Amino acid sequence: MKNNKKASPWNSIKVGLFSLLAMVIFAYGFQITKVNLEELRSENRQESLVRVTRALAKPEIFEYEQVEEIVNFPIYVPCPTDGSQAPVPEHNATEPYIVLTPSCVNPGEIIEVEGFNFAPFTVGPLRFIPGSDVTNVVSLGRENAETDADGHFLVSMKIPDRTSDDVQYIRATLRRNVGSPHFTQTARDTWNKIVETVFLALLATVFGTVLAIPLSFIAARNLMKTVKSPLTSISLSVLGWPIGILIGFIAVRWVGNLSASIGSNAWVNLASILLSPILAWIGLRWALPQEEINRPSQTVRLERLGVILLVVLVSFYGLFQLASLAMSAGKNLEASLGSFSFLGYFLFQVGDIVAIITPALGALAAGGTLSSFLGRLGQQGSERLPVSGIKILNLILTTVAGATVLGLVGQLVEWLYQIGEPMYTLWGPMAVGAGLGLLLAILSKPKESLPIGMVIYSITRTFLNALRSVEALVMAIVFVIAVGIGPFAGVMALGLHTIVSLAKLYSEQVESILAGPLEAIEATGANRLQTIIYAVIPQIVPPYISYTMYRWDINVRMSTIIGFVGGGGIGFLLQQNINLLNYRAASAQMLAIAIVVATMDYISSALREKVI
Amino acid sequence: MLQIKNLTKIYDGGVKALDNVSFEVPDGQFLAVIGLSGSGKSTLLRCINRLIEPTEGQIIWNGEDITAASQDEMRRIRRKIGMVFQHFNLVHRSKVITNVLAGRLGYVNPAWSLLNRFPKEDIEKALQQLKRVGIAEKAYQRADELSGGQQQRVGIARALMQDPKMVLADEPVASLDPVLAHSIMTHLEDINKNDGVSVLCSLHFLDLVHRYADRVVALNEGKLVFEGLPKDIDDKKFKEIYGRDAERVG
Repeated sequence: MKNNKKASPWNSIKVGLFSLLAMVIFAYGFQITKVNLEELRSENRQESLVRVTRALAKPEIFEYEQVEEIVNFPIYVPCPTDGSQAPVPEHNATEPYIVLTPSCVNPGEIIEVEGFNFAPFTVGPLRFIPGSDVTNVVSLGRENAETDADGHFLVSMKIPDRTSDDVQYIRATLRRNVGSPHFTQTARDTWNKIVETVFLALLATVFGTVLAIPLSFIAARNLMKTVKSPLTSISLSVLGWPIGILIGFIAVRWVGNLSASIGSNAWVNLASILLSPILAWIGLRWALPQEEINRPSQTVRLERLGVILLVVLVSFYGLFQLASLAMSAGKNLEASLGSFSFLGYFLFQVGDIVAIITPALGALAAGGTLSSFLGRLGQQGSERLPVSGIKILNLILTTVAGATVLGLVGQLVEWLYQIGEPMYTLWGPMAVGAGLGLLLAILSKPKESLPIGMVIYSITRTFLNALRSVEALVMAIVFVIAVGIGPFAGVMALGLHTIVSLAKLYSEQVESILAGPLEAIEATGANRLQTIIYAVIPQIVPPYISYTMYRWDINVRMSTIIGFVGGGGIGFLLQQNINLLNYRAASAQMLAIAIVVATMDYISSALREKVI
Repeated sequence: MLQIKNLTKIYDGGVKALDNVSFEVPDGQFLAVIGLSGSGKSTLLRCINRLIEPTEGQIIWNGEDITAASQDEMRRIRRKIGMVFQHFNLVHRSKVITNVLAGRLGYVNPAWSLLNRFPKEDIEKALQQLKRVGIAEKAYQRADELSGGQQQRVGIARALMQDPKMVLADEPVASLDPVLAHSIMTHLEDINKNDGVSVLCSLHFLDLVHRYADRVVALNEGKLVFEGLPKDIDDKKFKEIYGRDAERVG
């Protein structure tokens, strides 16, 4: 081989040009980011910086009860022309008192203030009180008095430019701490909010993980690459989704109404909740024998299908009853449990969530079931029917499916942008969809298996990548509008971001599993679902746990700042205190964040080591 | 009777792994498949249970065309074909008994698999199979805690769980030392002779072929270059199968 490493002048010039270009880019960056040390040197900045840093160094966590010793001493400013003296207040040898030298001055002159008999080692402001009212809250000056072991202090003070014919006052207010330290209000607020923050992160992580797991399977290339279906099967599945969702929604709503009409009697609820799983279990045991050597007859299969449908309806009835019982029980418990009323609140909310998501769940389940059933039908059809029949069937089905999909997309566009022109949002897209479907049916071979898995995979990946690039903070702004300011918006935003980013990370783990066990399980005759359960899941448990903990770390960090946009948690308090220039309180919150994040870091890394 | 007719497999990259291969395997035969690495042995075995889709040709097993079977039919066909792999292909983090029970997945209802439930009879059967291959005491250990030889026995037990009529063994002893190799081959021989299961086994070492196989097929660059009894492989045939520069070892 030839040695290419010889230095040529052209290479040197190239390196030189690259360096020059890099420097120019960097220089432009300086201008864009306004790098300017002049500001740092300005006195105002430095003074504020010192002040803020000192405040930050003293987080407002503990405070003491304080007692004050206040002494007011009369003074004339300027000295009266008739030479009269301000009345010296009487004092005995045990009470605190102050002495001024001289006893009267002109504005702007220095006066010496000497204090006696104060409590030892106390500190406090020394102020000039303008006006003749001794109780005036307005005070001038910056001096601080500090007593020594004998309770004595001596401070020189400049008298401000406030002249009056009446007597004015010098006031010494010396304070000292008594008793033991206790938490400030700031500390208590911070504690409440930090608890909220941790739970916000917890809920978001749990929701996100649960939903990311199924998504990660359809975003994994190695699992989806083998999913191939003939066109008949694909178009029937596509049609199955909307029809199934509609049927499922109607059926489950009917069950819901049935459940509601039975009422919210706790005993009826309880009986239904206990009975429906038993019935469902018996039905399932009958309809789904664990092992079957021979293929059952058509009638038996139809009977089983009917029983399974009944089981599903009974299960949804049970869910509705469960929701109803949880809500009524939760309400009662909340009223009677006292400090554990949050358990009742939880029960009520869970019931509410179940009641809300049950119809959606039913609709989705029906959609999925009908879609997969029709898909199988299409698969069998395209295996058995003659080629010409399949071709005609494909032409019809694909046209209808294409029209349906684009018609629905058009309706979504209509809903979003309110165009109000059915030509553009319904008929037009339907015609285009029908045309595309027809084209696909004409171009593809009738029985050819199309890589539908890769299509779903690509769509899912694109969707995940697009959503992942939206920061959780931005999502929080949207959710704040949807569900109002508060931690719930934060949970939704962080949860959504967790779903999409975990689904991506998880699916990469699925893609890196060993192919051998997958192949072995497939060779035993296992279907796709069984292959995932027995060959994929055991392999991905450790990385899934590890990524979930990593995400939990991130969520704790994120939840501390999601309050900046109204998403609840400690961020709200922190931002408020920074805006109010209350740096000592902000410092307490920063400290809390640091402690929580560090603790969570430690716990999660310890757990990770233990699990894996 | 397994009939392979004009089987051809061309991979996506254009590599011809199998080129018009035809042969027959009577029921209950121990057939060795030999050939160099990359000669198409693994592809041939995987085409039989359609882990790899053949490009052309037919595979007919007891009158049923495997290559034309639908997905549902394929599940029923596959569960009668056990498979043993060079790298054992156990699920490492699962227990040994779970790995063995996986052999029943073609029989159990997928809905119950969601709950990880197997019938009682299957669990008893799995323990019996583990006893048969001599590692009954390892049933509740994790699969990756076992040695190589033990893992391959789990692989055989998994194949046995399928009540197979045929076992495909893809270089089952290539990752094992000679002593273990004989022990594993004895198990396969036991299945073949006592249960009457056909065994198609790809092998590297000719002494194993002579010792265990009833019949041999040899592949070279995807073509069938020899079909006959093990004793018929003389030096001339050997050079044909393995190339002119090859030397006999063992």
